Amino acid sequence: MRGMSKTTSENVICTFCASGCDDLEIRHDARDIDSARNGCAISISRFTSVKENRILKPLVRTRRTLRPTTYARAIDRAARILSKAKYPLLYGWSQTSCEAISKGVELAELVGGLIDNTTTSCHGPTILGLQDAGEATCTLGEVRHSADLIIYWGCNPIHSHPHHTTRFTIFSKGRFRKARKERRLIVVDVRRTDTAKLADRFIQVQPNRDYELLTALRTAVNGEELEQDSIAGVPREVIEELADMMVECEFGALFFGLGLTMTAGKHRNAEAALSLVRDLNYATKFVVIPMRGWFNVTGANEVSTWQTGYPFAVDLTQGYPRFNPGDTSAVDALARGEVDAALVVASDPVSHFPKAAVKHLLKIPIVTVEPKRTPTSEASEVVIPSAIIGIEATGTIYRIDGVPLEARKVIDPPAGVRPDVEILDAIIKRTKSLGVRR
Amino acid sequence: MISELLIRNGYVFDPLNGVEGDRMDIAVRNGKVVEKVGRKARLLDASGMTVMPGGVDIHSHIAGSKANCARMMRPEDHSKDPEPRTKYTRSGVGHTIPSVFTTGYRYARMGYTTVFEPATPPLKARHTHEELNDIPIIDKGCFPLFGNNWFVMEYVKQGRIKELAAYVAWMLEATKGYAIKVVNPGGIEAWRWGRNVRGLDDPVPNFDVTPREIVRALCQVNSLLNLPHAVHVHPNCLAEPGNYQTTIDTMECVRDIPTRGHPIMHVTHVQFTGRKGWSWPDVRSGAPEIAEYVNMHDHVSIDLGQLIFTNVTWMTADGPAMFALFKLTKTKWFNADVESETGAGVVAATYKKSNYVNAIQWGIGLELALLVKDPWKIFLTTDHPNGGPFTAYPRVISWLVSKEARQKVIDKINKTAQRRLNLPGIDREYSLHEIATITRAATAKSLGLGSKGHLGVGADADIAIYNIEPSKTNLANEYKAVRKAFARAAFTIKDGRVVVKKGEVVRDVRGRTFWTRPKVSEGAMNTVVNELESKFDDYYTVRMANYPIEEQYLTASQAIATTAEI
Repeated sequence: MRGMSKTTSENVICTFCASGCDDLEIRHDARDIDSARNGCAISISRFTSVKENRILKPLVRTRRTLRPTTYARAIDRAARILSKAKYPLLYGWSQTSCEAISKGVELAELVGGLIDNTTTSCHGPTILGLQDAGEATCTLGEVRHSADLIIYWGCNPIHSHPHHTTRFTIFSKGRFRKARKERRLIVVDVRRTDTAKLADRFIQVQPNRDYELLTALRTAVNGEELEQDSIAGVPREVIEELADMMVECEFGALFFGLGLTMTAGKHRNAEAALSLVRDLNYATKFVVIPMRGWFNVTGANEVSTWQTGYPFAVDLTQGYPRFNPGDTSAVDALARGEVDAALVVASDPVSHFPKAAVKHLLKIPIVTVEPKRTPTSEASEVVIPSAIIGIEATGTIYRIDGVPLEARKVIDPPAGVRPDVEILDAIIKRTKSLGVRR
Repeated sequence: MISELLIRNGYVFDPLNGVEGDRMDIAVRNGKVVEKVGRKARLLDASGMTVMPGGVDIHSHIAGSKANCARMMRPEDHSKDPEPRTKYTRSGVGHTIPSVFTTGYRYARMGYTTVFEPATPPLKARHTHEELNDIPIIDKGCFPLFGNNWFVMEYVKQGRIKELAAYVAWMLEATKGYAIKVVNPGGIEAWRWGRNVRGLDDPVPNFDVTPREIVRALCQVNSLLNLPHAVHVHPNCLAEPGNYQTTIDTMECVRDIPTRGHPIMHVTHVQFTGRKGWSWPDVRSGAPEIAEYVNMHDHVSIDLGQLIFTNVTWMTADGPAMFALFKLTKTKWFNADVESETGAGVVAATYKKSNYVNAIQWGIGLELALLVKDPWKIFLTTDHPNGGPFTAYPRVISWLVSKEARQKVIDKINKTAQRRLNLPGIDREYSLHEIATITRAATAKSLGLGSKGHLGVGADADIAIYNIEPSKTNLANEYKAVRKAFARAAFTIKDGRVVVKKGEVVRDVRGRTFWTRPKVSEGAMNTVVNELESKFDDYYTVRMANYPIEEQYLTASQAIATTAEI
């Protein structure tokens, strides 16, 4: 490598899932990563394949084809698209830094747009649930130290958050719980997942009937009789036994995932889960931690909340923040055909959104700020490549449990590629110099 | 470029310099108060107006993880109070937990220029600083929580005060914190198991120390480190009937620790911990007893935590107290324990005049303010947003300066409370000088901020000008005008620049973040760092290397160095 010296960086923070593992060891030189240690398989691959599939130059669509251009031109085009639009959508944000998200809110206010993050299509219902029922939660270390009962419901951390069980739950070593045998694990899911195979009890709930099971459990926890023999495919005795386990534990922790929030009932499921945990605190100590996905989706909610008062789906078209999910949420505004331009930062809605929303998205000009090629970048008018947070750029991120971390740069980004925060700042400056509409 | 400003002919109230309503000019150069300025200085005519140092709030939950949990949980709190963007300002929302931009603007509009966030979970301090960085105009700082920290309790148990002091110094540096905050010492560790401690001598489960030992040790540490502020204490048994005795016991338990001429302990939001009685129907005001204690002792100061009859959001690190109160309100409850350190709770609530307990609480706050004789020992707060939002300060001021204003409320509150409160029999009315003391001079002094809270030469040019003509205004009768004047400052000046005119923000500037950097001997620090290194991975799910916040993280960092005696 032409004389570049190799070093090993320790305590590197992983920017894949929101578990915030911060004990990685990365062997690298100034430009390339040789190897990654201590991470899960996904983490190692994220670091070692950092160079794959990258966008290396800003691209602007001319005569139907994306062609390389300069940053200045791409930023100018992006600013023109956004300031011309009547109802621009600024979407994504869960895979970038809080500093960049902050710029996103500023830009949304400047152009009078709708800013939404990926929460809208994952744990948005959890937030709506907690706005009704509150939430009894804690940081992951409290679970590690104290929990003698762990419940995974509608999630499969062995695959989605691979180090969750070893760092925080059944296989972790805490102050008051030292070993696997001091903790019990219950898994509730529609199928026997790999996580379920580790469980002391696996409860198979019928698809889309979690709400019934949660409500039945809550009924039993509150000491009332269940009248049916079987609820949501689970025999009454099993539900009563589960309720007893929950009430009798010293410190219980419920983790739930998209199996609750994105199946029938959505925010009602989340509300039922949060209410169950709240009620359990009358009898014992119980907490709940939603299994957020991307490494900074929590941060997207935090920044949006402290700057606008609302965690996602924030409409700034009136000059002040409004929040009305279903109306001001990205998918709905797109499906209604109201959005007339989109800025997508560190996300891929063309792959992930429902058909009706994607159909409209493909009709409007998209500006994508993204390190790697995605279906969304391929469909864009303007593509601006960005550095990857926690590998090529430093930025603040929030773990699932709201613990903030500074994910530091390990190597340089590809030549000329800039961090999101700089790109967004340049778009803001250009938009201002074009003359603000509002 | 030199920037000069001359504020002419105002009635100046500057209690720290003994200026009591004298008509005089204040000269400002480059953000500082100076002896005089040149002829080209910008003139600001303050004739017929009251000039005070910018307000200094010692205790207001404006930033950090639990404030943000509260914002997230309560969209209904914001939707009726939008704050549109203007030419100078960013948009946001009110009301009890305003978004960050709105927080800075609303403080500035009241003439406040410095505010301290009083309960930061150390592990989440980075979050607090992210929000503080974003709050415009005002200067700020935060108090990290120490009262339930495992390292603290272990050092206390081992009786190693010097090592504890070095640890606290390490933590203040790591979290960029300003002072030692203690919330329900030991009680939050008990909350791990759904329990609480019952008082100063109830041992903490698994740690074999008592709240008394924790509080005493941290006060000794405060002295050893020469920290600018006292230990900021939220005592055990918050919100419980009969807790006034715990509050007095907490103050009494550190009386023998040398004070060096300034208080060793600040007991906060005493309205919440000043209750007599054995049960809720029997709750009475413990204000006379607490005021008597404070009047007779110089080692403590207190702040009000005044209650306002309105919607509020309760938020505190006191997890068990929040759950206990949630069981009464049955509204919405948020709980967020933080590993090895502390907890947090948030509950939505409403105070009603017709509610007996609420009416007593309202009275306790005002009785404290009126019965504590020395305004240098008692500070105006609402424990925002627990007693009420900070935007209610002008209302509290109107109650303090006017018996008539108080009586109007007394006539409307619960009848039993009317009979049982001492308030109707108290005639004292605050002067503007005393208001200036409890809202800026005394708070700045208590915080040890030498350049704040006064208008002497060398002070930061943080200045509030209010539309009150003291020689023509009878505060007691014209309390409505007083309230209006304090709600919308005629001018607010921050670091020598006019940021508010006629109650509206005309300039968006960035304030500084204060934190304390005690200098501890290398030997003491090395011992503690070695011990931390050996235990950190056992206690935390974050690596020690990833725990501290670097100074560059603060947009405008202002470290206060102290020299420790270890």
